[in-house]
Amino acid sequence: MLARLKSALLAGLAAALLGLPLLGFRLTDSATGLSLALRPWWVAAAFGVVMAGRFVMDGLRLPDIQFQAPHDIRRQAGLGLTLFAALLPLLPFAGRNVVDMATMVLIYVMLGWGLNIVVGLAGLLDLGFVAFYAVGAYSYALFAQYFHLSFWICLPLAGMLAALFGLVLGFPVLRLRGDYLAIVTLGFGEMIRQVLLNWQSLTGGPRGLSGIPRPTLFGVTFTPEARVIFLYYVILGLALMVNLLALRLRRLPIGRAWEALREDEIACRSLGLNPTLLKLSAFATGAMCAGLAGSFFATRQGFISPESFTFMESAVILAIVVLGGMGSQIGIVLAAVLLVGLPEWFREFQQYRMLAFGIVMVLIMLWRPSGLLSARAPSIRLGPAP
Amino acid sequence: MRFGGLTAIAGVSFQAHPNQITAIIGPNGAGKTTLFNCLTGFYRPSAGRITLNGLPLERLADHQIARQARIARTFQNIRLFPMMTVLENLMVARHAPLMKASLFSVAGLLGLKRYRDAEADAIEVARRWLDRFDLTAFADTEAGALPHGKQRHLEIARALCTDPVLLCLDEPAAGLNPRETAELTERLADLRRTDDIAMLLIEHDMSVVMGVSDHIVVLDHGRKIAEGSPFEIKRDPAVIRAYLGETDDEALPPDVAGDVAC
Ligand SMILES: Nc1ncnc2c1ncn2[C@@H]1O[C@H](COP(=O)(O)OP(=O)(O)O)[C@@H](O)[C@H]1O
Ligand SMILES: [Mg+2]
Repeated sequence: MLARLKSALLAGLAAALLGLPLLGFRLTDSATGLSLALRPWWVAAAFGVVMAGRFVMDGLRLPDIQFQAPHDIRRQAGLGLTLFAALLPLLPFAGRNVVDMATMVLIYVMLGWGLNIVVGLAGLLDLGFVAFYAVGAYSYALFAQYFHLSFWICLPLAGMLAALFGLVLGFPVLRLRGDYLAIVTLGFGEMIRQVLLNWQSLTGGPRGLSGIPRPTLFGVTFTPEARVIFLYYVILGLALMVNLLALRLRRLPIGRAWEALREDEIACRSLGLNPTLLKLSAFATGAMCAGLAGSFFATRQGFISPESFTFMESAVILAIVVLGGMGSQIGIVLAAVLLVGLPEWFREFQQYRMLAFGIVMVLIMLWRPSGLLSARAPSIRLGPAP
Repeated sequence: MRFGGLTAIAGVSFQAHPNQITAIIGPNGAGKTTLFNCLTGFYRPSAGRITLNGLPLERLADHQIARQARIARTFQNIRLFPMMTVLENLMVARHAPLMKASLFSVAGLLGLKRYRDAEADAIEVARRWLDRFDLTAFADTEAGALPHGKQRHLEIARALCTDPVLLCLDEPAAGLNPRETAELTERLADLRRTDDIAMLLIEHDMSVVMGVSDHIVVLDHGRKIAEGSPFEIKRDPAVIRAYLGETDDEALPPDVAGDVAC
């Protein structure tokens, strides 16, 4: 009991200390100019809330719930979810808004599945993933603008171009791992954004590119209402394709080698695996998925600007992968709904979005540090599946 | 091989032959692991040449040595892929042939027969080594969940799965209990009998070394101080001196200690 009180008191003090500069002072604009006002009650409140929270937390034994669902149940859940997604636009409650929002969520699901190849499988922490998303978006916009190519031709081109950028990023970071890798990739993401901002003649700078052509289907153009549903099915198809690719690659030698690389690079070398090729191929594959998602994003919005490709996006995608449980495809869907779908739904509370985001992250880290769903299924078995 | 001012190994030469076990012994810090690291390309020698069947090893990268020179190794501190299953660990060792058969994943993604056959072959190779090391029952278990002794066996099986001509074992009996050590000794003897593999064995446990090796090389301070059959080594005065120079009584080979006493 005493230990609990002590730990609560310590947590409260830490909160007060942090709260002093963050909450304790406020700039007020008065007739005589700016002045600094002290808000001791806010700091006291932070102290109280954190202390009480810590006290309660220590008392509660958070149950370590294991979602150790057998693999065939997971498979059925996956099939069910796919079926639901396929029928969504036909459901009675699914108006234009719902389908539009589902499209947004699916973009992030696709990005999460792509990033999961890099982070979850190969274990390369990439904080600049949004750069490839941007490359995909801008390459579609520019190809369409300059060469009048259709969406369906630009889509693979954008994927390939993004993969090429993945290779380009891969080279300088081959020797890095962990935190260092994360920082360099973060820098790379920022570099791409700065180029987009400053290369005005090509990218339009901060004004972005507008009038990006909408996709057609064999020359058929859509009314705005039909287009929402058409776009939804396009992204559903793309996302499922990425899912299939990731699931298949995991069972191939390349996928097992990526996982082995994540587990122990030195052991990999001793077995004749070339870490350079493995890292580059992981970066390129992940980047390709982001590039495809990016060009879809461009055609859906009809307008893109560097605003859409800030570090915040990379952070959200990474959060989806980590929250979902690295390596779990369904976990990523759940996390994307949680982190992208819900905030869109509660638009009115937009200003609290980051707060909710933070709370969810803290809760998950306390409750399930390895993510929502994290059991790993073997890629190959000798015996029958249990 | 030098690290700054320290010369870790210099002028060590010896031969290894198929169906023979060459043991490398010496006090801690003698440079045994460094020798393996040079051999397998993890360190690039500061000077000198290393050849295996005419291949200049010092010019190849570590992963090229594993593939082209077909040298496999284990590590003093076990290095498995702990989250992957035992079978997956072995399948990673078959990466090179599988990658070729999957046409760098294209044939694999399309599920062509060419790849499925290659995969079945790889599983067959893995299963053979699993059987030899009594690991078949654990095939679908996470490698990290195995007991220490089984992990040592798995690491050796995984190295063998790459189909090597030279196998380098770095203290395979470290941390094993006497029963497991005896089991390991028997496995090594069995490998030596039936497989055309040359083996290098670093080991402190003299019961293993004296039990299975054909030839022993003794290192001290990075130099070869003696070489010969187990019988000769037991009686070599330079070896006895090197081991007596150690404060650590554990490292004293029991036979050598016995000889000194009388
Ligand atoms: N990477 C390294 N950097 C510096 N010194 C090293 C390195 N690796 C080994 N050494 C030194 O080389 C000597 C031989 O070490 P090692 O080969 O590990 O001995 P052992 O015979 O016990 O396996 C030791 O003095 C060790 O400190
Ligand atoms: Mg050593």
